[in-house]
Amino acid sequence: MGGRIITITSGKGGVGKTTTTANIGVGLALLGKSVVCVDTDIGLRNLDLVMGLDNRIVYDLVDVVEGRCRLKQALVRDRHLSELYLLPAAQTRDKTAVSAAQMQALCDELRKEFDFILLDSPAGIETGFHNALAPADEVIIVTTPDVSAVRDADRAIGFVEAQEKGPARLIINRIKSDLVRKGEMLTIEDVVELLAIELIGIVPEDETIIMSTNRGTPAAMDRKSLAGQAFRNIAKRLTGQEVPFMPLPSNDGWLKRLTRFVRPASS
Amino acid sequence: MGILDKLTGRREPSSRTVAKERLQLVLVQDRVQLSPHVLQALKDDLIDTISRYVDIDREAVEITISQNQRESWLVANIPLSRGRAGSRR
Ligand SMILES: Nc1ncnc2c1ncn2[C@@H]1O[C@H](COP(=O)(O)OP(=O)(O)OP(=O)(O)O)[C@@H](O)[C@H]1O
Ligand SMILES: [Mg+2]
Repeated sequence: MGGRIITITSGKGGVGKTTTTANIGVGLALLGKSVVCVDTDIGLRNLDLVMGLDNRIVYDLVDVVEGRCRLKQALVRDRHLSELYLLPAAQTRDKTAVSAAQMQALCDELRKEFDFILLDSPAGIETGFHNALAPADEVIIVTTPDVSAVRDADRAIGFVEAQEKGPARLIINRIKSDLVRKGEMLTIEDVVELLAIELIGIVPEDETIIMSTNRGTPAAMDRKSLAGQAFRNIAKRLTGQEVPFMPLPSNDGWLKRLTRFVRPASS
Repeated sequence: MGILDKLTGRREPSSRTVAKERLQLVLVQDRVQLSPHVLQALKDDLIDTISRYVDIDREAVEITISQNQRESWLVANIPLSRGRAGSRR
């Protein structure tokens, strides 16, 4: 049957789907898998920027679907990893340019060539979301630990179940460990209990994500990035390896740590 | 936190606890798509229907939505009236 088609989606926008797709793609390619990351967010192309391939695009997904080029001509190879590819979205069209059936046919072609087909879904529960969901073998829901993102994630999970694409698995992104420790943010356990689906990854809030996105080199390429490690761990879990969830980092500065050491009773 | 709370040493619950409790309520409603208003209407109808067959203690009837993982149930607790059990109007 060939490669696995995994859709990365969310209810609320801006929670980290594109970041997650690029980084899991890198993580899987580092494990020696052949991977294609597909930007299904037609009209709001972004994955190319995050992967640093924006200046190499010749054709896009809609060109393939409408027969202006062959599939292979539209695939952009990564600058660093020879087994990692991008299929970019069209920037000048809208979400109605591609149907669910066309997306399905496209993914069935990709399945023959790649171990993993990662679909970066647009936000919101409408056309683009359904098109990205239609070909999925597996679904990953990304959320941040805040009330509106969790609520919208629950709706998205409901839709995935209704389409019989479940059970979806969960990534909790942008965890601010200091806030969690102060009792001012939902914990990982809270979110998992509320959404009641299997957890596949936890990713800390990490400024290396912003820096690596600026450069167009996903954090998973960076051995020192904590978020990068979190994404590499997710890639390993996807290949069936058992990797423990990493402990939350302490973002406290040295001064705070020192005062805690001096006055241990106060914390 | 109010000054009285400060004096009595009572603390507001953490924003995490509040967030979790609010979400628990909201998700139940989102999932079953039953607003409190509609649930009350359902309860009234149910009481009327059952009352045609058996005397029940209207005030004590409880209809709740119960959830386990992602599955939901309507749970009805309908105490029968004491004494005149079985005597229908
Ligand atoms: N773990 C993280 N730490 C810090 N910043 C992050 C993290 N994850 C994502 N971000 C930032 O959050 C922003 C939104 O991320 P991203 O574009 O991946 O979200 P998205 O879900 O794809 O958004 P959209 O719904 O618009 O497609 C970006 O600026 C990204 O750099
Ligand atoms: Mg995106």
